[in-house]
Amino acid sequence: MSAGRERFEGLVRQSSGQVLASLIAHLGDFDLAEEALADAWLLAAENWPRSGFPDNPEAWLFTVAKRRAIDRIRRERQRDDRQVSAQVLLDLRTDDAATELDAELEARDRSGIGDERLRLIFTCCHPALALDAQIALTLKAVGGLTTDELARAFLVPSATIAQRVVRAKRKIRAAGIPYRIPLGHELPDRLRSVMRVVYLVFNEGYAATAGDDLIRLKLADEAIRLGTLLVELMPDEPEVAGLTALMLLHHARRDARVDEAGDLVLLEHQDRSRWHRDEIDRATALLDRAVRRRRRGSYQIQAAIAAVHDAAPTFADTDWIEILALYHALTALDPSPVVALNRCVAVSFVDGPSAALAALDDLDLPNHHLLWASRADFLRNLGRADEAVTAYRTALDLAVLPSEQRFLAKRLDELGAGPS
Amino acid sequence: MKYMLLIYGDSERWGQLSDAEKEGWMGEYFGFTQTIVDAGEMVAGDPLQGIETATTVTIIDGERLVTDGPFAETREALGGYYIVDVADLDRALELAAMIPDARTGKVEVRPVVDMGDMSG
Repeated sequence: MSAGRERFEGLVRQSSGQVLASLIAHLGDFDLAEEALADAWLLAAENWPRSGFPDNPEAWLFTVAKRRAIDRIRRERQRDDRQVSAQVLLDLRTDDAATELDAELEARDRSGIGDERLRLIFTCCHPALALDAQIALTLKAVGGLTTDELARAFLVPSATIAQRVVRAKRKIRAAGIPYRIPLGHELPDRLRSVMRVVYLVFNEGYAATAGDDLIRLKLADEAIRLGTLLVELMPDEPEVAGLTALMLLHHARRDARVDEAGDLVLLEHQDRSRWHRDEIDRATALLDRAVRRRRRGSYQIQAAIAAVHDAAPTFADTDWIEILALYHALTALDPSPVVALNRCVAVSFVDGPSAALAALDDLDLPNHHLLWASRADFLRNLGRADEAVTAYRTALDLAVLPSEQRFLAKRLDELGAGPS
Repeated sequence: MKYMLLIYGDSERWGQLSDAEKEGWMGEYFGFTQTIVDAGEMVAGDPLQGIETATTVTIIDGERLVTDGPFAETREALGGYYIVDVADLDRALELAAMIPDARTGKVEVRPVVDMGDMSG
């Protein structure tokens, strides 16, 4: 690949989200913005290699795409089926010559196009859209992922993703979902919904080891990119920083958490020299700044737990008392059974497996493989091997991911027992 | 944009309220209506008679078929509606959440098709 070609593709990836967001904000129409941006990229592919890259590629793309959109609206005016923003109606009336393009290009080159991505993220993550549509739309419009990439990442046919996106865009237009950052009193709720989408994207990339590994890694990267963007755009929201730190702290362990065979490696057995120290440092600094705002939230606490693990030079050095205290704080904010299950694991390291086993009995998670796997671990540590075997077998029956199944089978093997 | 706010609630709840409770509930509705009238967002709005007064009409093979009641399998029924004219979905959702029955039932928010847009 030539250097120019490489640079061009880098720009497509890097600039599309920001330019698309500005176009949608300006035009008030998702599809029109996408069509116009595609037109502008075609022109760019023809022109830039010949006449050189513009100083401000985003401004160039925005200006050219806007002109293309106005041309399209003119052509389609008879049909009048475009709902365009008041600003564009004004443009339609006042300018009629492409000769002004050069003047506007020059002006935009200096002033830039602003950053409308935050507005776009809030629209894509509007709770009036189905959750899977929020995820697909955010990754496509803000992240610049293609329909095929999304299909591979979520293991569904491309047509399914395309349909989700089309339906979501249609609802945005027909139901009048606004392109704006929510007002003060709406913000906490709406921000939670944005953060949930980002974290789901991350978990989809991180937790599962099935499917196309490369594309899954890309999802985790994309979630972190979205998180970092949110931190930049909303510096006063400590939970946004907490979420981003949490993702970074987990992602920093990526090279150590899976072995050559693709099996999960427990925190206990991970080669900590393979953790990305620079990312851990960056995340810890981010988290420290967030915590200083003294508005605690569940992402900040989860990040703090991950930070305690990441700070321990060896597994034996883990500060379990600190982790247990953090789990107590987390349970108060988020009384979900999965959080309580993780707290039980911390209890086993602080107060021993008997106490942890007793704590497990209080949980309401009858058919969760992780509960049975934890119970089995505690029983094994207590030397109650027969009961441990039964519990591992139950966990194995309930586990879905092949890597988890292999892990449980290995545990059974260690106890001299088979899968059933 | 115009939105219809369809108010669904437990059709038997009203009958179980005391007079004082009914009065309080009506007062809340008057208050809400006044709010959207003052904001210039009210287009229309009415409560509906109970579900036992409903009649359903359909044409089958050219014959008019009239039956008693709607085909409801739950006690949840359409009890009233508002039509509001507001800036966007977010404001419509905000108003929907202010309707007293949102606390005991559900409010469905549906954009109204602008026939002016469709004629061209």
